[in-house]
Amino acid sequence: MTGPPLAAARPVSAQGAESCISRLDQAVVRYADRPALGPLTLAVAPGEIVALVGASGAGKSTALRLLAGLEAPAEGSVQRPAQPNATGFVFQSPTLMPWADARTNVALPLELSGVPAAEARHRADLALAAVGLGDRTTARPRQLSGGMAMRVSLARALSIRPELLLLDEPFAALDSITRRGLIEDLHRLWAERPLAMVFVTHDVEEAAYLAGRVVVLSAADGRAVADVPMPGPLPRPEGWRRDPAFRDAVEAVASGLSHAMPVAA
Amino acid sequence: MKRLIDALPALLLTALLLGGWEAACRLLEVPVYFLPPPSAVAVALVENAPVLAGSALQTFWMAFQALMVATVLGGGLAIAVSLSRPAEQAVAPLAVALQVTPIVAIAPLVLIWAGLDHADRAVIALAAAVAFFPVFSGVLTGLKSADPDLERLFDLHSATPLQRLTRLRLPSALPFALEGVRVAAGLSVVGAVVAEFVSGSGATQGLAWRLLEAGNRLRTAELLAALVCLAILGLMLNAATTAIQRRVLASRA
Repeated sequence: MTGPPLAAARPVSAQGAESCISRLDQAVVRYADRPALGPLTLAVAPGEIVALVGASGAGKSTALRLLAGLEAPAEGSVQRPAQPNATGFVFQSPTLMPWADARTNVALPLELSGVPAAEARHRADLALAAVGLGDRTTARPRQLSGGMAMRVSLARALSIRPELLLLDEPFAALDSITRRGLIEDLHRLWAERPLAMVFVTHDVEEAAYLAGRVVVLSAADGRAVADVPMPGPLPRPEGWRRDPAFRDAVEAVASGLSHAMPVAA
Repeated sequence: MKRLIDALPALLLTALLLGGWEAACRLLEVPVYFLPPPSAVAVALVENAPVLAGSALQTFWMAFQALMVATVLGGGLAIAVSLSRPAEQAVAPLAVALQVTPIVAIAPLVLIWAGLDHADRAVIALAAAVAFFPVFSGVLTGLKSADPDLERLFDLHSATPLQRLTRLRLPSALPFALEGVRVAAGLSVVGAVVAEFVSGSGATQGLAWRLLEAGNRLRTAELLAALVCLAILGLMLNAATTAIQRRVLASRA
């Protein structure tokens, strides 16, 4: 068995349009004629984990919605995975249907894309087992803790076996222990079946730990002001958070972020 | 036991008011045609029990049919309209117009259409017109209340309009629809009584007719007895719809 690829082994400059699973090219989004994002160019290679960091209002979520095809750019272009239903999305809150049990929630994307109900339920059970909730398939969202509900949400996004997983600050509302557990889970799932992830966060350390590459968006207009490859293997080894290489990477991202902030008068 | 304790303040207040009323009638020697004491109302209730029960049943039956009609039409129209923005913009003003038009004002017209031989149909139609709006607006609001991120998830997986309606919007609308039906249930009784008053013939034989009849003959105790029946009918209907609402919502939690 070959180990997961090293993040550093994927130089950013080598990513042409052919090797990308998804790509924004000079994409601009405006809301009511006010610029909300860009122009932003961002290429995501198959199996790559990219973190998007930036202050609130920097257009991180907008960039994610462009990659998901939920919004169209005013200018520029978006390249999305060739197959339909190859994109999973995890929202800021679990956004589960409160009237349906965990299995039905996870089976939803499968059923919407035409998978027969029996097979969808079976695959939903597998997806729930993969996030450690194999025994909670009939639980209603209200019976689940915040961390469990987010795992169900993650299982739902992974149930279609996507090539690209988009996560919009999914763990922001969770306590730090639950959050770290979920990040380890994400790495474990990624190691079992490498898929491209774009992870939006405002937490520099979380970004540096999770991702193979961190892209910093400017607070003013959502341009990419820094694109920093993260050192070290994925999943992270024990004690990686104390490793000097990791601390340096965190500092590098943090300084990129501080340059991206509007200058205080 | 808990329920009894919860109901205690309401029961106490009712007993206090009835006691005060009885005492005032006796002490001040109020004429019976003006204000009979509760004891006289109770006697009238017992003496007229068969007639009153029949009338209450008739009123309930007309109100119930009106509620069913309003639920089917209001809910159906809300679903149809929710599928198209222009349709909603076209229908909404008409629905509001129906809501703000006093039922008394359209009653003569509806009576002409239904025919004097079928006054009960006119009563049902008028009561349904009153009960229509809460159902329509409740269902329409509910259909739009779905979590925007869930709507995005349905976009992401290219859901068909039918999938979106049945898997997301109708389940999201259920609590709003139930609340609309609960409000409509009370209004349908009010509508049935008002419509029966306006129709003014004895053909319908509901509680409103008992009220009119007793009033015309200055049999005030019988009038109040009919009012008591009406209040009990309303309370029972409210309790029933509230119970259904709780049961349905609890089964989803």
